[in-house]
Amino acid sequence: MTLPLPSPNADSRPYWDAAQQGRLVVQHCATCGTVQAVPRGCCGNCQSPALEWRDSALRGTVASFSVVHRGPTAAFRDSTPYVLALIDVAGGVRLMLNIIGPGREEVQIGEEVEITFEPRGEAGFQMPQARRITA
Amino acid sequence: MTTRKQHTARITGVADTAMGELPGSTAMGLHAEATTAALKDAGLTAADIDGVLCGYSMTMPHLMLSSVFCEYYRLRPSFNTAIQAGGATACIMLANAVALVESGACRHVLCVTGDNRLTGMTRDGAVAALASVGHPEFEQPYGMSVPAAYALVAQAYLHEYGIGRDELSAISVAARAHAALHPKAYKRDPLSLAEVANSRVIASPLRLLDCCLISDGGAAVIVSAADAARDTRKPVRVLGSGQGHTHEHIMAAPSLTDFGCKTSSAMAFAQAGVTAAEIDVAEIYDSFTITLLTELESIGFFEKGEAGKAALAGDISLGGRLPVNTHGGLMSYGHSGAAGGAFHIVEAAHQLRGEADARQVAGAGLAFVHGDGGILSAHCSLVLGQE
Repeated sequence: MTLPLPSPNADSRPYWDAAQQGRLVVQHCATCGTVQAVPRGCCGNCQSPALEWRDSALRGTVASFSVVHRGPTAAFRDSTPYVLALIDVAGGVRLMLNIIGPGREEVQIGEEVEITFEPRGEAGFQMPQARRITA
Repeated sequence: MTTRKQHTARITGVADTAMGELPGSTAMGLHAEATTAALKDAGLTAADIDGVLCGYSMTMPHLMLSSVFCEYYRLRPSFNTAIQAGGATACIMLANAVALVESGACRHVLCVTGDNRLTGMTRDGAVAALASVGHPEFEQPYGMSVPAAYALVAQAYLHEYGIGRDELSAISVAARAHAALHPKAYKRDPLSLAEVANSRVIASPLRLLDCCLISDGGAAVIVSAADAARDTRKPVRVLGSGQGHTHEHIMAAPSLTDFGCKTSSAMAFAQAGVTAAEIDVAEIYDSFTITLLTELESIGFFEKGEAGKAALAGDISLGGRLPVNTHGGLMSYGHSGAAGGAFHIVEAAHQLRGEADARQVAGAGLAFVHGDGGILSAHCSLVLGQE
């Protein structure tokens, strides 16, 4: 069972396109300086449409995590246990990612992680993910 | 905060259906059963209803559920719409009904919910459907289920306040003890701290018995204008209402330990002119143990990090400082989607009328009801009082 792929729309396409190149980009408001995670047509702070995409450093900190033993769909049930996490990335936004790689179930809140890219599906769609540094 | 006019609306009829596993039930049938019972409770007839608010159903998804129900039950209201705010739906329906009767648009508004999500769909189907509250691009592709999203909140809470397993488990155990006193509750067997602690992990740190039930059931609440309420059997006053909305997706929540219930409850208390300390009984949305813990603290009933200790000490049980979820809540009474939050309203009305039988809180004069939808996203609080 294959894991689902995101369906990019006009707001989000630059984010996913950048991920295919191994880059993590976040929206930056040219008017008020707010950065936002979920891409939008306007700034979620001041509603300005003047948004720029900026590259984020591929580092982050674990804000919270859960080791999931009961997946929501058949594809995720095949993948359990997996680690769901909220990561505060260096670019200033919070993303939901999986912690992948060795020692993932031993991750702790406050731990620094690196952002990595994991191919998914037959076409190898690159999904931003997080990996422990100290493991 | 601007001063709001005092409410005048009354809750005049409340009812819920049988609860739990109800083979042969349908979403519309549960709506109808609850409506008939609530009309009888109020001493009203279908012809008296001039406003109808429905929620949503997972077994019968429809763009116009309220019209479907009015056709099913033969209601011809002058105001009719459906409201969808997840677990906050029932409280938000009630708040809308209050606004409708206080504006003069309606005299008697029926708020009705019901779903046969236990027997009408598979458990896997229900879990998958609920997970669709996750962001389709930024959360769902990472395997976020609703329990996993609440687990992120729970993990952050445990990290911040350093509480132990028993303090989470105490929430489930307290709910079960109340459910044992309610003849309609879905789960009435005794439950111990050890059983909760040893139940299987769903999404760490949450275990199976940290999670609410999936049940069939329905509930209806009738809200009436003050003058129209005079003809009804035993009205209950709506004294305060408030809402708080900070996010939909948990990745966008401004905090993992403080939520919109703080704002919604402050609004409701201010409008009612009461404080949290004056509340006699509280019926609060409890989709997970962590939901009730954070809400009890955010609302101001307990200090931060203290609600679990209070639960262990019996403070939220009958006879304690603040009896909470005296029917057993979503954890043990039952959870039927939009109706889940309505069961809390039904129980509050029973408490204020002195009709809660073995669960009666002596001298219950002020009740607090709270619903939350999404991942602690949409909040609606109500303060109810005796006529």
